[in-house]
Amino acid sequence: MTYKSSVPLYWRLRKSKYNLIGTKCANCNSVFFPPRALCPNCRRRGKTENFRFSGKGKILTYTIIRAPPEGFERDAPYGVAIVRLDEGTNVTAQIVGDINKMEIGKRVSMVFRKIHEDGEDGLIRYGFKFQLIE
Amino acid sequence: MDTGIVGYGVYIPRFRITVEEIARVWGENPDNIKNGLLVEEKSVPDVDEDTITISVEAGRNALLRAGIDPQLVGAIYIGSESHPYAVKPSGTVVAEALNLSSKLMTADLEFACKAGTAGMQCCYSHVKAGMIDYGIAIGADCAQSRPGDALEYTAAAGAAAFVIGKDPLALLEGTMSYATDTSDFWRRDRQDYPRHGARFTGKPAYFKHVISATEGMLERMGLKPSDLNYAVFHMPNGKFPIRAAKILGFSMEQIEQGLIVKRIGNCYSGSSPLGLCSILDVAKPGERILLTSYGSGAGSDSFVFTVTDKILERRGKAPKIEDYIKKKEYVDYGTYARLRGKLKM
Ligand SMILES: [Zn+2]
Repeated sequence: MTYKSSVPLYWRLRKSKYNLIGTKCANCNSVFFPPRALCPNCRRRGKTENFRFSGKGKILTYTIIRAPPEGFERDAPYGVAIVRLDEGTNVTAQIVGDINKMEIGKRVSMVFRKIHEDGEDGLIRYGFKFQLIE
Repeated sequence: MDTGIVGYGVYIPRFRITVEEIARVWGENPDNIKNGLLVEEKSVPDVDEDTITISVEAGRNALLRAGIDPQLVGAIYIGSESHPYAVKPSGTVVAEALNLSSKLMTADLEFACKAGTAGMQCCYSHVKAGMIDYGIAIGADCAQSRPGDALEYTAAAGAAAFVIGKDPLALLEGTMSYATDTSDFWRRDRQDYPRHGARFTGKPAYFKHVISATEGMLERMGLKPSDLNYAVFHMPNGKFPIRAAKILGFSMEQIEQGLIVKRIGNCYSGSSPLGLCSILDVAKPGERILLTSYGSGAGSDSFVFTVTDKILERRGKAPKIEDYIKKKEYVDYGTYARLRGKLKM
């Protein structure tokens, strides 16, 4: 069975996946990605609004996927990293480019890529990945 | 009067494959091919790149240069012969990724290698008619070629995007087109690769249309080739645009800057638009540029632009084409075949 993503779920998340749009709490200035409706620090006093990240950050840690899950066979081997965004939260994403050049602390910037294809006849999911800044 | 290119942006994937490497696999003489096509290497998209992703990257660069609020864009047209979906527009995905308003006119365009310039004409006329403030036209392709076919040496990937509107960095002074039913290159539905009429792609196809559109454009504006500082003609290879320039009376100096095919190959709908961007990367205010595209099937769109002093403040806001051409990584034929999905798994 090939993994098929949910069409409505992809549709709901498209703005945040395409443009790295999360949320920011107007009360305590915390930023969240993926977007959170409720600020865990301020709870009822919090007020979250959409926030677009600059797409710049650095690698906190990374791994290389050599035994990929179904649907990602053509990408392997590929890098996956936890990226610390400059605005102050972490996201997990694929790293494009030379996997041998990945390093902890290296600067990265967001790029727009295909994430996954639901087989030959399914949806193509797009979203952000990160490239190494050389 | 005051409508033209407000911002432009390019994107070229970082992988390259050389003519030598392709020739090695098929047992051809690389020097014969290089001399015949005047192409050294071509760009190759990554496994997760397609016409939509490269359009987004070029579009983001064009918006950076334009410096406008994306919500003011009222139309987007993506011209390509490699739209990822047979049914579902590329335009809506790209528009969402460029953060455009939903009050948007969009439709995907297809006319072999001239669909990008057709989009520029659509945006230009929408702005002139007062229907929209800004429109985005993108010419982009991740071109497919049958393994072993002559097209494999040139079929490349790249995108050029233009924000069209008022207060331009390059004023669009005029445009005209020429089209006939001429079958030099085609791809039927559900076929992976296109077919072409080999030598028939030259005289009755490329040259007939490029020359007719350009001559018509110059005549309509009362210009002669020496009135232009630069010219760019569609680049299926290096030889055709040089020969077209010669026939029309343009010099090598006028076409050199736009002749990017030698180093990245033929980016199909992105080809002549990328040549125009290469010229905009260096042109001075007051200089005049001629652009003539060509799409098989067949037709040409010709344009005359005059660069304004807005180029000086906007040019540096996004990467130049040279930045992308230089940022390259070579792949062998096996890797190329894997990246392009030529291996069935
Ligand atoms: Zn809070």
